[in-house]
Amino acid sequence: MVLAAGAVVIIVLPLIGLLARVSWSTLWSELSAHDAYVALRLSLETSLGALAIALVVGLPLAWVLARRRFPGRSVLRGLVTLPMVLPPVVGGIALLYAFGRRGVAGQLIYHLTGWRFVFNTSGAMLAEAFVSMPFLIVTAEAAFRSMDRRGEEAAATLGAGPAYRFRRVTLPAVAPALAAGAALTWARALGEFGATITFAGNLPGATQTTPLLIYLDIESGHEATALALSLVLLVVSLAVLVGLRDRWLGSP
Amino acid sequence: MSVSAQVDVSLGTFRLRLALEVANGTALALVGPNGAGKTTLLRALAGLVRLGAGRVAIDGIVVEDPSKGVRLAPEERRLGVVFQEPRLFDHLSALDNVAFGLRARGVRRGEARTTASAWLERVGLPEVARLRPRQLSGGQAQRVALARALATQPALLLLDEPLAAVDASARAELRHLLRQELARYTGCRIVVTHDPIEAAALAERLVVIEDGRVSQQGPLAEVTARPRSSWVADMVGLNLFPGQAKGTTVRLDAGALVTTATALEGPVFVAFRPNAVTLHRRRPEGSARNVWGGAVAELNPVGDRARVRVKGELALVAEVTAGAVAELALADHGPVWASVKATDMEVYPA
Repeated sequence: MVLAAGAVVIIVLPLIGLLARVSWSTLWSELSAHDAYVALRLSLETSLGALAIALVVGLPLAWVLARRRFPGRSVLRGLVTLPMVLPPVVGGIALLYAFGRRGVAGQLIYHLTGWRFVFNTSGAMLAEAFVSMPFLIVTAEAAFRSMDRRGEEAAATLGAGPAYRFRRVTLPAVAPALAAGAALTWARALGEFGATITFAGNLPGATQTTPLLIYLDIESGHEATALALSLVLLVVSLAVLVGLRDRWLGSP
Repeated sequence: MSVSAQVDVSLGTFRLRLALEVANGTALALVGPNGAGKTTLLRALAGLVRLGAGRVAIDGIVVEDPSKGVRLAPEERRLGVVFQEPRLFDHLSALDNVAFGLRARGVRRGEARTTASAWLERVGLPEVARLRPRQLSGGQAQRVALARALATQPALLLLDEPLAAVDASARAELRHLLRQELARYTGCRIVVTHDPIEAAALAERLVVIEDGRVSQQGPLAEVTARPRSSWVADMVGLNLFPGQAKGTTVRLDAGALVTTATALEGPVFVAFRPNAVTLHRRRPEGSARNVWGGAVAELNPVGDRARVRVKGELALVAEVTAGAVAELALADHGPVWASVKATDMEVYPA
């Protein structure tokens, strides 16, 4: 019991501490201040962008991993989940060497199009996609693999080709799992710090997302702003958790 | 519209190897014990299982031939399948379930729904159009599944024990509907069943599959009158014994000698109905020349009659009246003699 209480203290006490220090009266003015507003808006944009990337390329990958047999499948499955356990800073450095201006692909892209990810919003999005996409891939793959395939068979015998089947039978069947995976992915992207600051930098208005601004504010003594922004992220996280309650916490 | 198939499919250690022909617009019943390969055969015809070798042609079009690298996907074959379970799409209404095949084939929504609603009416369920599958009873769901399969007007309709998952109370009604719809339907029909009543109601020809092969096929009346395997004999309730004939005398493989009315030579089957068997407590004298001694092993009342399993020289099933059960005190078991008239025995080449 004492040991269990220790765990509760470690997890819950900091949250209470945070709530206790929030200055409620100035909360609104802190959040509507220019820097905070810009960071919040940027966070919303980049996290939704990361989610879009995950849906566009991560979903097909999940399908391939679940349904196709090919050599190296299990290795690939392991690799794409690596960002879930990899320290984000390491991820950021890895991104730098791949997509940075001197990176393998980044150099080529810069020469061909003049486009660069560093100090650019697209870089923040890419960094967030890197760390958050595995959440979508893992949930979607599990759903594709465990779903009842009999409906797809019935659809095929009714004349539905692969694309029509996927859209009208497979997707609706995995929709709840997909929604949960998307919520997790988005929440993870929203909170991303290490990979973003390492790879995309900390440029206000372009790559300075909310977590980056919180860190900067607390370092430079703007405690009230940091607390207000932290509160926003905490509330969003709680909302996602409540939304997923039935799926992940297995309501008793 | 016809079907011609040579099927060779291996699934693990199980191998299905047989040939099948369904003539223009006729119905075929596939029967056989569990695990014989009936469902696998349907899945192979539908394209849900890949052929190892062989050839399947529907309506003259080769839909699969591994030796030529031909394989049409299920959606490219003009067929409809009614599975054991309805397999309706849970997120669609009953109406949209029926319209699904038409929509998948490019029919516009309004037109597909009009057709679908006519089909729902035809299977007697116009009132469930807006309901979701989980709001339907088992029988209703299977009717919707039937309408869904028929709505695309397939050249070949495959039904895999369509009544198996329906509870007994709804079964008779659904069987009646199936019979009616299948009679109106002009394509080929293949119905998997293990119920002879269902087979008789839904098909003209019977193909018996045992252990991945066809063990017997032919018109329903012929197969049921002259079974060629113990499974078929059990299904139709006949006593069946293989043996060697020499004129009107047959030495059964089981050892006993029987006298038949028809003279034959070589390997034969001898079959007789349980109600052709007379039981006696004393060895009978007189005209019935086929008499075997034994003992009552089991007694099951069926209505005003009783089925008696006799073991002894020849293990057989007799069906006698309740009066005979009382008169002969069969419930006490003990020794009995069973006799069958030569004219009541069917004998045919094996």
